[in-house]
Amino acid sequence: MLAARGVTRRFDDGTVALKGVDLTIADGAFVVLLGPSGCGKSTLLRLLAGLDQPDDGRIIWDAGAKPRSGEIGFVFQDATLLPWADATENVFLPLRLAGRSLSDSRAEITELLAKLGLTGFERTKPAGLSGGMRMRVSIARAMIGRPRLLLMDEPFAALDEFTRHRLQNDLRTLWQETGMTVVFVTHSIYEAAFLASQVVIMTPRPGQIATIRPGIEQTIESRRTDPEMVALVGAISADVARMMPTS
Amino acid sequence: MNSERWAPILFGIVGLMIWQGAVIFLHVPAYVLPGPIAIIQAFFADWQSLLLSLVATLAIAAASLFAAALLGIILALGMAASRWARAAIQPWAVVLQVTPVVALAPLIIIWVHQQFLALVVCATIVGFFPVLSYTAAGLAATPPALLDLFRLNGASRWQIVFWLRLPSALPYFLAGLRIAGTLALVGAVVAEFVASSGGFASGLAGRILEAGYRLEIPRMFAALALLALAGIAIYAALGAFERAILKRVGATSL
Repeated sequence: MLAARGVTRRFDDGTVALKGVDLTIADGAFVVLLGPSGCGKSTLLRLLAGLDQPDDGRIIWDAGAKPRSGEIGFVFQDATLLPWADATENVFLPLRLAGRSLSDSRAEITELLAKLGLTGFERTKPAGLSGGMRMRVSIARAMIGRPRLLLMDEPFAALDEFTRHRLQNDLRTLWQETGMTVVFVTHSIYEAAFLASQVVIMTPRPGQIATIRPGIEQTIESRRTDPEMVALVGAISADVARMMPTS
Repeated sequence: MNSERWAPILFGIVGLMIWQGAVIFLHVPAYVLPGPIAIIQAFFADWQSLLLSLVATLAIAAASLFAAALLGIILALGMAASRWARAAIQPWAVVLQVTPVVALAPLIIIWVHQQFLALVVCATIVGFFPVLSYTAAGLAATPPALLDLFRLNGASRWQIVFWLRLPSALPYFLAGLRIAGTLALVGAVVAEFVASSGGFASGLAGRILEAGYRLEIPRMFAALALLALAGIAIYAALGAFERAILKRVGATSL
């Protein structure tokens, strides 16, 4: 669906965030970018979204078709909701920017909020929602336009472990139901192993791709304790250990 | 009930009692320092003229607060729209702010023939700066992630301004407005003082000057007390307005 070809990104202060990154993202894949803080994962995500331009190399969409606005959903590390708008209005935002009316979209929004476990909170403003609920609204907002590509930048990093587990489950289910392509950034090995259909391990600055490892195909129920999952976590940990400079 | 809330009132009452007592026991003449009771008597002896003057001064302050809010928002939007505009406007806003309005007022009164308008212009110069600087700071403080989100969804420049930047800046604007309210009153009185020397004397500054010339010191204090109360009332009213609006939109005060 899209690919990065020799992508390099240098910042004004001279740091090289990404160096010669080659990555192909297949339709319907769940790609997890895993790496230490500052390895350029977020930069790569912004380049894929078209929010930033590479200094060298290119981001290529299949058949050269640049995505139209609304075809990419983006979930940030913080929920970044509009504090003055309730859950429904926040989810409505991309549709509003696309010129749709709230009355036409309300049913669709309510359904999506229900799917994310937010029934009864449609009219609640962000200040009245927990951290996990705010993130759910943020995910709903990214998905309401049925994007072909969902980009997620450490969305669960600020949540507690229990909430994170639930959201990981829900996200995987949504991915399986919708068949959309997801690129997910994290620095949690466990999260990468649990979510990914493909784990991309990146080196510290300058960010380069160290290893690409296939994920495991399994149902959610068996996944967390599955021996295969444990083996995958171990394998990724070994990859990371090899890649990190010894101190 | 929080007892600290009553502390300033109690402190004020005790202060007034000590003041009154000192004036009585030390035999301070009223033309040097009148006691609170003499001031209250002076107010009731002339309350119609004093209140009319207060209304005149408040009208100037209110009109200039409105003008300051409008001017502040427009200039802040201009500064947010382009770096060039920001670089061009900011230093001149500071120049206007640091130049004492008492020095500018004679010029403005000569240029603007309509007295009321001239005074409003003076008070607006004093009041607009906090609105401008707070609103500009608020417009610049829009979360970058939300800006990305709007751009990703193909938002136009105007959609970003009206649906994101302006609502995000609302708490900042209201904080600036609260400060501008009291400054507008100060500006109105200062301008009135300057204008009074040219014969314009409908505001409270006129009453204060007039009382000073006639050595009616208790009346002077009464006018002064009215001015202070008006300032407190403006500050409290704008504070309540700010809290009400922010509560309605679900944002928190700065």
